[in-house]
Amino acid sequence: MDFSAILSDALRSGIGPIAAVYALAAMGLNLHFGYTGLLNFGQVGFMLVGGYGLAITVSTYDGPMWLGVLGGVACAIVLALLLGLPTLRLRADYLAITTIAAGETLRLFYRSSWAEPVTGGVFGLQRFANDFYALSPIEPGTYGVWLVRFGARDLWVMIVGWALVVVAGSLLALLIHSPWGRVIRSIRDDEVAARSLGKNVYAYKMQSLVLGGVIGAVAGMMQAIQVQSVNPDNYDPAVTFFLYTLLVLGGAGRILGPVVGSVLFWFVLSFIDSALRQAIDAEFVSPDLISTSEVGAVRFALVGVALILLVAFRPQGILGSRKEMLLSGR
Amino acid sequence: MRYQRMLVTGLALVLVTAPAIFARAQGEEVPRGPTFAARALQALIDGIQFGVIIAITSVGLSLIFGTIHLINFAHGEFVTIGATFAFFLNASAAGPGWHLIPAAFAAVVFGALLGGAVERGIWRPLRARGTGLINMFIVTIGLSLLLRHVVLVLYGTRPASYAQYDIQSTIGIGPAGITPRDLTVTLLSVLVLLGIAALLQKTRIGTAVRAVSANRDLAEASGIDVQRVVLFVWMLAGGLAALGGVFFGLVEIVTWDMGFKLLLLMFAGIILGGLGSAYGAMAGSLVIGVVAQMSTLWFPVDLQYAWALLVLILVLLVRPQGILGRAERVG
Repeated sequence: MDFSAILSDALRSGIGPIAAVYALAAMGLNLHFGYTGLLNFGQVGFMLVGGYGLAITVSTYDGPMWLGVLGGVACAIVLALLLGLPTLRLRADYLAITTIAAGETLRLFYRSSWAEPVTGGVFGLQRFANDFYALSPIEPGTYGVWLVRFGARDLWVMIVGWALVVVAGSLLALLIHSPWGRVIRSIRDDEVAARSLGKNVYAYKMQSLVLGGVIGAVAGMMQAIQVQSVNPDNYDPAVTFFLYTLLVLGGAGRILGPVVGSVLFWFVLSFIDSALRQAIDAEFVSPDLISTSEVGAVRFALVGVALILLVAFRPQGILGSRKEMLLSGR
Repeated sequence: MRYQRMLVTGLALVLVTAPAIFARAQGEEVPRGPTFAARALQALIDGIQFGVIIAITSVGLSLIFGTIHLINFAHGEFVTIGATFAFFLNASAAGPGWHLIPAAFAAVVFGALLGGAVERGIWRPLRARGTGLINMFIVTIGLSLLLRHVVLVLYGTRPASYAQYDIQSTIGIGPAGITPRDLTVTLLSVLVLLGIAALLQKTRIGTAVRAVSANRDLAEASGIDVQRVVLFVWMLAGGLAALGGVFFGLVEIVTWDMGFKLLLLMFAGIILGGLGSAYGAMAGSLVIGVVAQMSTLWFPVDLQYAWALLVLILVLLVRPQGILGRAERVG
């Protein structure tokens, strides 16, 4: 067992570009779920329209990248409006089912043979982020301290990704502590009271849905840029579930909750993965029990266990306050 | 009320026919071969068959929602577990190699026990702790992730078929056809659905289930043991999901994520029919099954589930309480 390799994998994953992408997507979800009390289970749908908005503009229509970014954001706004119109007046569980259905519907449409001329169907689209990498000021090579090393490209995505996390986090912090944020939180805590004070609850919920969706779309773009490809099967509903896991882990309704959650989530996931593989190679764990190809599934099963235990025993997560997170069945 | 019902029926009709007009407008050639009527009849038969299977799996989901207001995201995994458990007994190299019929019975029993086990092991303790509904809802997602990946480890990613009734020739129904296997599955499903209806209407426990769904506090006050009713509902739901899984695996194929694929259609069905109502779930699922299959008349097969989910979203626009749901304020 090579412990430094395990730790290196885990650390790289914990601060890497994927952790930044998930932190960003979870920030949008945090605005929905943690602050407004909206059960959005289709955050992956916003990531999908963001990623595809960029990829289609650049790859299919040869457009400039900035237009692709605008396109992705516009798609997210339209999606939020379309989703919000029928469901925001309804109970939270309707929104949950509708959003997950919408996310999956989008995925099915984007991967269908019907849409293939535009979206690339099951093959997706590749190589649309060259402009982004051309902007990189980092010389090719690998950089790192101690056990952690990154290539120049990953480092560039990471810097931009975490910078976006800081920007989104600051923006959200300002918003949440403004009068707007107080209304949003009062809707989460007692919608009827907010309504009786003359607040247009529906409009506030819609604004929250749009803003969180746009943040999710930006996360989707960063993810698409990082792997230089969009593929419909990367936008599985399970992505939203992971976002919820890390949000609950870090603490919903806290600005830093998604960040702490994402870093820990990817650290632990990668740690388990790497440790299990090493243990199988070193024959500490019999390959009959778990083979190397099953490690991926085992770690996701453990995510499920973690989610159950967290919600049962520490629903406020690491940073949250228990009093604030006792969500009722609205 | 009546106008709204007509409106929804009208909307459903428009949704089924609009794609045809759309396809014509696009100048797409309808593929040659059997006549349109024949293909439509075939799609209708397939749709009813698909719909009754969804109905079997979704009745339990709807009853769970009706009694404890929990949306069980792990319900799809119960379906998969039923199908894969029967596969293990029936066709797996490591299994005992039973005939499919006893294997299916065993899977139903296993599903019922699993449903009972999660109720006793997870939901009852959580309710006793006073965990909020939304938190419980997130727990079902954890359970879903756990069960799905355990199935993945045990079963693997390879799709497989049961040992029996694999290849059959079709019997003609007019210009369309159905295999004896599919016909049996459809008829059995209808019988099971009628059985559930009889159970809910005629038996003591069925009456108790309906009472708890209608008003939990009142039911409790009039001496119904709500915990027992909820346990019964979970076991019933687990058993039915497993049966639906075996049926779905039989007419299609057994895969590790089949239940999750079906879950969204189940949601669509129960919302369409009205959350919490068993008969609504049956009606809604039937509509979803038919829409999914009929859509293939005009659109690529890989979009058939997408249309079913779109119908769900559109119906919510007009009639949020579902086709058969009571008109109560849900917002």
